[in-house]
Amino acid sequence: MSTEINKETKPAGGLVKKDFLSQTEPRWCLGCGCYSVFNRLTGMFPTMGVPREKFAIISGIGCSSRLPYYASTYGFHTIHGRAPTVAMGLKMARPELSVWVISGDGDLLSIGGNHFIHLIRRNPDIKVILFNNQIYGLTKGQASPTTRAGTKTKTTPGGAFDSPMKPLAMAIAAGATFAARVTDTDGEMLTEVMSAAAAHKGVAFIEVMMNCVIFNDGAFTAITDKTSRLETTVRLQHGKPLLFGANQDKGIRLKNFSPEVVKVGEGGANASELAVHDIASPDSSLAYLLSQMDQPRDGQPVPLGIFRQVSAPIYTEVAGMQSPADDAAVARILRGSASWVEGEDGGIRSSE
Amino acid sequence: MPQVQELDLVVVRFAGDSGDGMQLVGDQFTTTCSMMGDDVATLPDYPSEIRAPAGTVFGVSGFQVCFGNSGVHTPGDRVDVLVAMNPAALKTNLQYMKPNGLIIANEDAFVARNLEKAGYASNPLEGADLANYRVCRVKIAQITQKALEGSGLSPKQIDRCKNFTALGLTYALFNRSKEYTQKWIQKKFGAKPEIHQANVKAFEAGLNVGQEGDLFPCTYQIRKGKRAPKPGNYRQVTGNSATALGLLAASRRAELPLFLGSYPITPATDILHELSKHRGIVTILQAEDEIAAIGATLGAAFGGALAVTTTSGPGFSLKSEFMNLAVMVELPMIIVDVQRAGPSTGLPTKTEQSDLLQALYGRHGESPIAVVAASSPRDCFDASIEAARIALKYMTPVVLLSDGYLGNGAEVWRVPALTELPDLRVRQRTNPEGFLPYERDPQTLARPWAVPGTPGLEHRIGGLEKAERTGQVSHDPVNHEKMVKLRAEKIARIAQDIPATQVYGNPKAELLVLGWGSTQGVIRQAVESLNAQGVPVACAHLRHLNPMPADLGALLKKYPKVLIPELNMGQLWYRIRAEYLLDVERLNKVQGQPFRADEIESKIKSMLGVKS
Repeated sequence: MSTEINKETKPAGGLVKKDFLSQTEPRWCLGCGCYSVFNRLTGMFPTMGVPREKFAIISGIGCSSRLPYYASTYGFHTIHGRAPTVAMGLKMARPELSVWVISGDGDLLSIGGNHFIHLIRRNPDIKVILFNNQIYGLTKGQASPTTRAGTKTKTTPGGAFDSPMKPLAMAIAAGATFAARVTDTDGEMLTEVMSAAAAHKGVAFIEVMMNCVIFNDGAFTAITDKTSRLETTVRLQHGKPLLFGANQDKGIRLKNFSPEVVKVGEGGANASELAVHDIASPDSSLAYLLSQMDQPRDGQPVPLGIFRQVSAPIYTEVAGMQSPADDAAVARILRGSASWVEGEDGGIRSSE
Repeated sequence: MPQVQELDLVVVRFAGDSGDGMQLVGDQFTTTCSMMGDDVATLPDYPSEIRAPAGTVFGVSGFQVCFGNSGVHTPGDRVDVLVAMNPAALKTNLQYMKPNGLIIANEDAFVARNLEKAGYASNPLEGADLANYRVCRVKIAQITQKALEGSGLSPKQIDRCKNFTALGLTYALFNRSKEYTQKWIQKKFGAKPEIHQANVKAFEAGLNVGQEGDLFPCTYQIRKGKRAPKPGNYRQVTGNSATALGLLAASRRAELPLFLGSYPITPATDILHELSKHRGIVTILQAEDEIAAIGATLGAAFGGALAVTTTSGPGFSLKSEFMNLAVMVELPMIIVDVQRAGPSTGLPTKTEQSDLLQALYGRHGESPIAVVAASSPRDCFDASIEAARIALKYMTPVVLLSDGYLGNGAEVWRVPALTELPDLRVRQRTNPEGFLPYERDPQTLARPWAVPGTPGLEHRIGGLEKAERTGQVSHDPVNHEKMVKLRAEKIARIAQDIPATQVYGNPKAELLVLGWGSTQGVIRQAVESLNAQGVPVACAHLRHLNPMPADLGALLKKYPKVLIPELNMGQLWYRIRAEYLLDVERLNKVQGQPFRADEIESKIKSMLGVKS
């Protein structure tokens, strides 16, 4: 049941995760990464200090976009690719709301690619979570804009052959003031990143690399597998050098502005030679460079965490309504600048 | 001083290159006429290129204005006075002239190069081509140059002032007051003294040449006395401005913030321009595309605003999927379609009424939407308010059809006091007790408007079919049919709430002309003219296209003959035949131009067997 009535409204402080679950049981496939994000999101909401009625979850079309039905907040399951547009209008009309866009790789990057770019560049105070499983799930297994080259799908039986989109790189290029990447299997990082996104003033974009157990199983195993992930991922931490590996003995150094994996410590590079992560840098070049590293390749790890978090004017504060209209103001506008009065006597005089 | 002759009604057309400022002088002339107490109607007629190559026929921009003491229903069938700034302007506009009409030609421009560009083998001012007209040759460019000698402006800058010289000539010809234009020039160019002075001098030079010389053997003025307007504030307004103002007034009367989501498109953009002047009390998103514009509009509607999106044909097509979502989630929203000649890019700056069937039926699934149409530039104001009223009362998207002719055309408008307008306040739901998102008002079948931010009303909506009352997602087959019927019934019930059809003309008429939208003025003119000739006819005009007035079927059946003139191939005609099984006739024109009254008159005469 998706529209049960919430009989009581608790003060924001007293809310718990259960208050954010609707009576509709989620209907994702067993083992789907959507569960993980949904659990962490609804678990994080009560910590924000925002009353439940101030939340709105806006989604497009696809497996992930069913999420609003499973939460007990206001929700709008819109049409394919267009969730950012509806979120934009809602946020402009109701700036006090906490608006969350839930979308998938087909939804946000293919049919909705234009809206994605423009949502990011305008910097409204809207949070966007991309469930990137690199496949069309709800239509049963076609190549999506993020499907890796070579992946066999129903529309690419010989293997996908076009160049996949890098959503995080696109977001950063479009001027994202908050950009992060996490995997569906690391719940703690999910919570941490979503909390930071919620606290960020402006647009926040989170790419969740997510497993589709049915149509693209194992696409992210290399970076989520417990035995290998310390070697294949690097955890981004503000102000810290880019160190990784089970023994923290590998690092990323920039050579001619290309990332280079080096051994750190005895017989290797000095930690001071490594690139230092700076989420607040006004220059997005390093964040962009790191965003290009989206799969383990030639010993290079996949960076995870917050890539960028900077402050910029917020669209919904700049462009929103500044003051409510009153009768006198509207009457003045209706008369315009060149009006005249026709009197009872039939005489005409300028009303200026 | 030449003698002054009094007239009741005059049609003037200004024509020149698209960079010659013809729209500007037309606008000046019209506003001056309105402020002198005349009734006016205008027809801007411009190309879709911004500055097409000078002197070519496809670069000609025209502006037609009809002014008179009463009975100005249209910008006029035929032109009394044509101001032709170059040979191309003469070539393209001669077809609109009345026999023996006056042509004021800028003879400086009738040189070999321009004549060739316009396709004239020889100078038409000199041969017998214009024998059926009165031709007044004026060296407009030279007069301007002489007036601006020593002004320090470049020859190019001086040339650009010649439209004011031409305007001055027409003010002299029609004894117009120069006050408004002088003030306007001051306001517009006050910051640039040399340009300000130049335009004033050019304007004065034109006036002087027209008044003092023997250029015009006779000048004209409008006979006073017939018009008795209602006291109040008046202004001139275009249809697009009136739409913008109507939406603003509606938001005030509904006590709701106004949200506009829009993307630039001809000929609808002026609504966006007008409302953009009032950012601060209007929330506006100039979206990345047409779809985003309506998406944000629906989001704002969910958020409790009076939400509007404005567009024209191609954009209207792009919005159809979101219109369907609005039908499904039953939120109030206005979609303004300023129609233009299609299909596809068609004639972007020319008018047509060919989106009616798309407005009614152009969506997948069973998707009923209320449709209203404006019938004159000033009526765009009232039509916008009616669209808002229906949207808010019935919780439904409403299509408001305007068109290029209405949007760009101007009329005198009596500015109503806000208190004269309907009270549009609606109650947004706040009480959580017994709240069901799809519980309906028993009278209107509207569902409650439960705005995010309201405690206790948290609910989910979306494009999936809804269960009756609860609004839960439902795939139940019987429920689907029930909901399809409920959505249709809700729109049908709007008919309880719209006024009866009004009939004008001769009560004994056996022929009724039924129209909708921008043809109202020209139909009225044709009907008045025929009745004056002793041919009894009547007419009725539809504001509501879906649902149509409840009395319409019975009314049409009273007339042995019904004619439906439309600027399309017969879209209302098709609907009326389908709805009422009536063998009505049609008259169609798809030339990007409005009807002339005589076209409608001859069709009526032929239907009645009256000789022309």
